Amino acid sequence: MSTIAITPDYHGEMKDSVENFNGNQVLNIGWDQHMLFAAPICIPVPPQMPFGALVKEVLPSLYGAHPDFAKIQWDDVEWLSSGAAFKPDHAKSLAENGLVHKAVLRFRTPGLTGIKGSYN
Amino acid sequence: MSNENQTPAKKLTLKENYALMTRDLGWETSYQPMDEVFRYLKFEGIKIHDWEKWEDPFRLTMDAYWKYQGEKERKLYAIMDAFQQNNGQFNVTDVRYIQALKVFIQGFSLIEYTSHRGFNIMSRELAGVGPRIAAEMQALDELRHTQTQIHTLSQYNRYFAGMEEFPYMFDRTWYLSIPKSFFEDAVTGGPFEFIVAISFALEYLLTNLVFMPWMSGAAYNGDMATVTFGFSAQSDEARHMTLGLEIVKFLLEQDPANVPLVQKWIDKWFWRGYRVLALVSAMMDYMLPKRVMPWCEAFEIYFEQNGGALFADLARYGIRMPKHYEVAIKEKGRISHELWSIFYQYRDAAGFHPWLPSEEEMDWFSEKYPDTFDKLYRPRYEYWRQLEKEGRPFINSNLPQLCQICQWPMLFSEPDDPTQTCYRETEYKEEKFHFCSDGCKDIFCDEPEKYVNAWLPVHQIYQGNCLLEGVDPTAPGFNPLAEALKYMGIKPGIDGGSLSASADAHNWEAWTGRPHNSHEGMVTEPAAKAA
Repeated sequence: MSTIAITPDYHGEMKDSVENFNGNQVLNIGWDQHMLFAAPICIPVPPQMPFGALVKEVLPSLYGAHPDFAKIQWDDVEWLSSGAAFKPDHAKSLAENGLVHKAVLRFRTPGLTGIKGSYN
Repeated sequence: MSNENQTPAKKLTLKENYALMTRDLGWETSYQPMDEVFRYLKFEGIKIHDWEKWEDPFRLTMDAYWKYQGEKERKLYAIMDAFQQNNGQFNVTDVRYIQALKVFIQGFSLIEYTSHRGFNIMSRELAGVGPRIAAEMQALDELRHTQTQIHTLSQYNRYFAGMEEFPYMFDRTWYLSIPKSFFEDAVTGGPFEFIVAISFALEYLLTNLVFMPWMSGAAYNGDMATVTFGFSAQSDEARHMTLGLEIVKFLLEQDPANVPLVQKWIDKWFWRGYRVLALVSAMMDYMLPKRVMPWCEAFEIYFEQNGGALFADLARYGIRMPKHYEVAIKEKGRISHELWSIFYQYRDAAGFHPWLPSEEEMDWFSEKYPDTFDKLYRPRYEYWRQLEKEGRPFINSNLPQLCQICQWPMLFSEPDDPTQTCYRETEYKEEKFHFCSDGCKDIFCDEPEKYVNAWLPVHQIYQGNCLLEGVDPTAPGFNPLAEALKYMGIKPGIDGGSLSASADAHNWEAWTGRPHNSHEGMVTEPAAKAA
């Protein structure tokens, strides 16, 4: 379907095109079944950032406050990109791993069930 | 009729008066074709064959309107005067209630104003005189509501933070883009979409959830000014609701081709309205120190029962319940808790002071939300209370991902799994778009050309568009989030942050001698009262 408008060829401005982010792209990150952080987090990242650096340097500043975070076995983590399972190459960049502008990167940590097993 | 033999005019009957003062005010234009005068009536695809079939259920004429409204104003302002002279602002339960008033003035008063603008457009663009006059009265009502809300709350504004910049904030503050984008979406639809969206889906289907339980909450918490405003507005609301139902029936009866269009708008605007009103769920469950009823119960009465009966009635036109209503029912046990968790962890970026529920309040939640609270939310709040006690309160200092349509942070859980965030996405013109629900995703996919243009606060901050004039993002020590808050009209440490540390809490205790939070006790020394 498309918008029914007074102007037949109406099209709004693409407000969030990657060109508008000064060289960065937007990455959304969520930790599955950990609702203590009440929504996924949105950050600007350089597309050249290695995936390994995201895990080692960025994730701790986002989720480090959670008591489960220190217990994560990173080799066992299951990653999802746009809801589909994927195996990131930690040496390669976000872009090379297929994480495009406005990608959603989720991670699952089997065995960790949040505060008192409440998925928080 | 001739002018000769004129006898003194006899008093008109109500029916004659109504005819002369409404229907007779319109005419078929002759210098210009009617289609040129009313240019926006065809493009949406709605077919109207006879505007005269429109029935005005209230048969209100402008002279009667002025008379009724004038009487209501006199009563309202007399009570407001008494409220101010008696320092009524200190008679409410505690300062938590005043945080709810901030949400009200920041989030609701200016959507009333946007609604005023929308109904002005209706009173110009609808070709029938009956609906045009009804729209004109509603435009005046909405303006009156904005004005009386501002006047009601002005007394609070003299004593408490977070209210003085509400129009500035409405256009800039991150969480206020939720109500703002909602109404701007409606106003930029065609006239028929607007009137179904606002008069029917919002006014008829959903505003009872605000006016009934929320206003009784104000009364229960000692806020006579807001209650009086509520009563003064309630009779207008009743008229608006009747107008909403009348409009929908009129459209459905005019042409069978209108049915799918009206259904589509009911689907869309039920979901949009329901998402905006989610804010009320948190206000009712968390921000009323004395609670009236939990959100889940209000939702059952005012949506499931009343709405169910309405749609049973509309079934004869071929209209069914709004799409995804069953998701709204599934969410009723969690939505207020999910929202309050967002406000609590982003409290430094809020224009009011969130807090954690007390033991007593958590017990109330356990009783009212037996299926969800103890399992999902009590452990979260107990953990956060423990951290506060240890002096290292939980905070989320990174910005949330937002839904492209409702603009809430993606805080809602999967309809069938409250332990997992609900993610939905689609691709359009090689760009990804994200949604909190199937309801919001459907709205985007139906009109992507419109919603790519959404002003999402988080993305705007990252694009560097939320800076006050003269701020240099290349300067050493530039802090984009602190600067964005300034741009949004939030003064760090004054408007947001924790309640117990706030100036509001300290002033409240000094001025009233009562605890800022009646469930938790004083945060200041009694001696401070003398100062």
